[in-house]
Amino acid sequence: MQHERPKLIDDEGRRVDGRGPTDLRPIHIEVDVLANADGSAYVEQGGTKVLAAVYGPKEIHPRHLGLPDRAVLRCRYHMAPFSVEQRKSPAPSRREIEISKVVREALEPALFLEHYPRTAIDVFVEVLQADGGTRCASITAASLALADAGIPMRDLVAACAAGKVDGILVLDLCDSEDKYGEADVPFAMMPGLGRITLLQMDGMLTPEELKECIRLAMEGCRKIYNMQKEALRERFVRIRREVEAAEAGEGGGQA
Amino acid sequence: MTLFFNRRDLVVPGDLLAEGDYEAGSNVYKDGSRLYATRVGLLEVEDNKISVIALNSFYVPKPGDLVIGDIVDVGVGSWAVDIRAPRLAVLRAVDAFNRPFRPDRDELMRFLTVGDTIIAKVKAYDRTRNPMLTLGEPGLGKITSGRLVRITPSKVPRLIGKKGSMISMLKRETGCQIVIGMNGVVLVRCKRPEDEELLVEAIEKIERESHVEGLTDRVARMIRRRKGLAA
Repeated sequence: MQHERPKLIDDEGRRVDGRGPTDLRPIHIEVDVLANADGSAYVEQGGTKVLAAVYGPKEIHPRHLGLPDRAVLRCRYHMAPFSVEQRKSPAPSRREIEISKVVREALEPALFLEHYPRTAIDVFVEVLQADGGTRCASITAASLALADAGIPMRDLVAACAAGKVDGILVLDLCDSEDKYGEADVPFAMMPGLGRITLLQMDGMLTPEELKECIRLAMEGCRKIYNMQKEALRERFVRIRREVEAAEAGEGGGQA
Repeated sequence: MTLFFNRRDLVVPGDLLAEGDYEAGSNVYKDGSRLYATRVGLLEVEDNKISVIALNSFYVPKPGDLVIGDIVDVGVGSWAVDIRAPRLAVLRAVDAFNRPFRPDRDELMRFLTVGDTIIAKVKAYDRTRNPMLTLGEPGLGKITSGRLVRITPSKVPRLIGKKGSMISMLKRETGCQIVIGMNGVVLVRCKRPEDEELLVEAIEKIERESHVEGLTDRVARMIRRRKGLAA
């Protein structure tokens, strides 16, 4: 096996993209990027780029899909045909349907669905470029889009994967590490409340290694969580700065 | 009893606002003795009550609210109205005509039809059923002229201002008629198009900059400056 897969950790302990084992990829987050959605967010995590849009709560159609005691959260995780090296058919695949469900279940605990019976909240996540960790980036982006839509939330949901690559436990796997590594553990949580909303594992780990992966992922989620909060504030802080700058300019002009 | 933020601080969902014997106001969630924000907004503390004034929200109907909505469907004895709430509102013919509905004589389509916009009042809403509207008060009914401006419902109080200071300033400075729907739809009626442009711009400025102090003065200055340039 060893000869057909690339070396993922070099002699100095650096990963394929030059990171240390517990480093996140560079993350860029923007909120309120789409005018026509009620809320939206864009997240870049290394080479992974996702866009999330949220609508609702709104009247549900067809009517019989509504629940009498709570709102229905509907998620669509979708990969753009150009998001991967070999063109992907735009029709939802088995994998996308499954990830849609997983994303929905990771977000549900953060929302007060019981406050809006017989309505629907729609979440659309579009993967523009895939380089590993797309489900985690999707959850990170979707939770920001929900907050941007003004939908009350218990906490933001931050997500990040951990795993095992060339025998070493690492944080935030990229595509080649996910493909050729030994294990991948996608993980999402509400860091403020300390509650886990997604935990999956693909590959082989000892119970101790899994525990260590969870600890690593929690640390990654906390870092992402702070960036999420920063991004939500940034939009309003920028307006405040602009206004203050204009005021200062005006004051100078009048004097 | 500890407060982790100051009054008017910008908070986001999940921020731990306070711990102790506080009361949870709007957009605040209490878990044991810890209070968390549930929306992006500005912190407000009033005695023991902690709330967050949301910067993004959607409209939740409240009985007695004046709203502006679009007719989206005509039923047998009622209309469906989109008031930008999570659910469509119902306007029954009885509440529109203010007299018993006579299916043999009254034709609903002739009174209001799909695409019409109305000013109405919320008659009842209890979360389990769709909100009910009424037209049975003076000033309510179909809108025939003016321009609609849409803002986030949570910013309606800012547009009105303390004891109506902002809205009366806008009316005075532009000479326009303004009807504010609590659902964030604002109807403006002006005699001159340049007043309308100015007023719409002012409303948009209020929505955008509502979280920065000194809003009323800033808007008043902007209007005066623009009028000075025009004159």
